[in-house]
Amino acid sequence: MAVKVVIPTPLRQYVGKRDAVEVQATTIGEALAHLTAEYGDLRRHLYTEDGRLRSFVNVYLNDEDIRFLQKEQTPLNANDVITIVPSIAGGCARRCICR
Amino acid sequence: MVLNLDPRPLEMIRQHGARDYPNECCGVLFGRAEGENKRVIEAVPLRNLRTDPEKAREVLPLEEPGRESERNRFLIDPREQLRAEKDARARGLDVVGYYHSHPDHPARPSNYDREHAWPWYSYVIVSVVRGEAKELTSWVLTEDRSRFGSEAIEVVG
Repeated sequence: MAVKVVIPTPLRQYVGKRDAVEVQATTIGEALAHLTAEYGDLRRHLYTEDGRLRSFVNVYLNDEDIRFLQKEQTPLNANDVITIVPSIAGGCARRCICR
Repeated sequence: MVLNLDPRPLEMIRQHGARDYPNECCGVLFGRAEGENKRVIEAVPLRNLRTDPEKAREVLPLEEPGRESERNRFLIDPREQLRAEKDARARGLDVVGYYHSHPDHPARPSNYDREHAWPWYSYVIVSVVRGEAKELTSWVLTEDRSRFGSEAIEVVG
């Protein structure tokens, strides 16, 4: 079924500058897999190299954090809206990685 | 790439860094993308969720809890962030980046900053030494996520 995925501003450049993309899927995991299969450059920003969703990537299903639902197995209904929200985190350390 | 910063948000970031010392402060930058460059019109202070360890743990657990706290880590509540994005849009502005302070550390991004960064956003860092705001820098993550590139800051207006 068709669901809408809302793309955060910094990632819009990888989906043709659109703010939302429609995908066909029955679970959250499937929706994200289809999204990153179609838009390959998105993948490294959402998933780690070993294929896990990055810890600071929050996914909401109709305003509900999927961590409090069934995570990536959360089932979808037609017209659901998935929102990707980056956690903004950071902090200082001794080692700098600037150029 | 240049980050054009109005004097008011610049002063706001510096004051916030000094006020929250010795903790890290954080906030969001509202403005506009102008081609390759960005212009910051407003800096909005947000709460460092690391000052509430229980809530912070639900959002993003610490990697080394013994060595990490609100003094060397910041975290923005995703719900507060969503609210900020809506506020920006309602005023015809965009979220163009975020700022945070490095208490008693240089204004240089850490590996932890890089691992948690997103492309395109400007990451402004202010170094606060013994309670006084010092150097202020801006950084943009490279496409391959391998490092931060320095972004020139120009104070406008």
